[in-house]
Amino acid sequence: MFEFNYLQAKSLSEAAAFVAANPDAKLLAGGMTLIPTLKQRLAQPSHLVDIGALPELRGIEVEAGKLVLGAATRHHEVAVSAVVRQALPALAHLAEQIGDPQVRNRGTVGGSVANNDPAADYPAAVLALGATIVTTRREIDAEDYFQGMFATALEAGEIIVRLMFPLPQRAAYAKFPHPASGYAMAGVFIAETKTGIRVAVTGAGPGVFRWRAAESALTTDLSPAALEKLSVDSADMNEDFHATREYRANLVKVMAKRAVLKLLES
Amino acid sequence: MTKIEITVNGTRHSREVEDRTLLVDLLRDHLGLTGTHVGCDTSQCGCCTVHVNGRAIKSCTMLAAQASGAEVVTIEGMASNGRLHPVQQAFTDCHALQCGFCTPGMIMAVAALLKDRPHPSDEEIYHGLEGNLCRCTGYINIVKAVKQAAHVMQGK
Repeated sequence: MFEFNYLQAKSLSEAAAFVAANPDAKLLAGGMTLIPTLKQRLAQPSHLVDIGALPELRGIEVEAGKLVLGAATRHHEVAVSAVVRQALPALAHLAEQIGDPQVRNRGTVGGSVANNDPAADYPAAVLALGATIVTTRREIDAEDYFQGMFATALEAGEIIVRLMFPLPQRAAYAKFPHPASGYAMAGVFIAETKTGIRVAVTGAGPGVFRWRAAESALTTDLSPAALEKLSVDSADMNEDFHATREYRANLVKVMAKRAVLKLLES
Repeated sequence: MTKIEITVNGTRHSREVEDRTLLVDLLRDHLGLTGTHVGCDTSQCGCCTVHVNGRAIKSCTMLAAQASGAEVVTIEGMASNGRLHPVQQAFTDCHALQCGFCTPGMIMAVAALLKDRPHPSDEEIYHGLEGNLCRCTGYINIVKAVKQAAHVMQGK
């Protein structure tokens, strides 16, 4: 790691003011992506501002039909929370599948959404459920928030405070994890809402996306068979030494069918 | 430089370290607790697993500064009054190691797993140890040791 100065933020406003005044400072919460990045010397921040322990960023509650998660809530806390398991069990299940137990004890939901790794799990839930990302400056709709690989609508110095997930009637997440890293090779989150079915796909393409053809098909016929004749365009998928585009395109369909089955069983 | 106040295995320590110091380096190089190993150094193998405020974490991927004020338990803190912790005893009894390099991290991960799930199924053991790699591939006896430790810790 290059040298940096570590600061433990005492409040959200202090952290926000500091990162606004120091463009080379970076926010640190769980550090599950940032610390490995620093260790490889892929980044050289002047300061790390630790917001992981701020009480303002914590908390899990249901409020006016929405599940509200503080940004620094850890994956393990989401996975075991009685509130999440009752209100949105698919999200608890998603959190339980992230990385490994040690990673889930450190990594945060806000960190995952801020980083927007194309193979991260949370973006699929955020987009499928049409969640709202509440920051230190504004509220951002999921539709406007994700802007491709590691790109988001967040401005420099803007901090995610909490995530608000509208509660669906039913939801399910199915993921094909990379066998070594646990990241999604393809992950499909399906939500049944009052206005229809929403399907979001992570891991397969350069960023999380909605599979609209599947949404229409499932809104008419909520069954795995409804997806039989559909396919995502393999040209839009990622290709690397783990899997070809065609393989990933097929995984999307398989995971979508599994998610439908899970949703029907829930 | 940053000042770290930390309790490790019940003893309070105060150290002035570089801000970029990892928790594992504080434990090994500054406190001399070399039972915590560094395997991959990329948060995959779990050899560096310790407990911070009761939860298992990978100490190669946490800054010492992030652990300031915390209670840390390492493999050196598991035995008490000259008696091995039930998980350590089970690893010995079941020969749940070959080269032994992954063992300290494996034991810390198992102890944490059994806190969350006192009666783990085989599936829960596999899922609970996904963050720890044994390159001797001695998993069969490790799983056996987890079951023995669970049994002993339930007083059966």
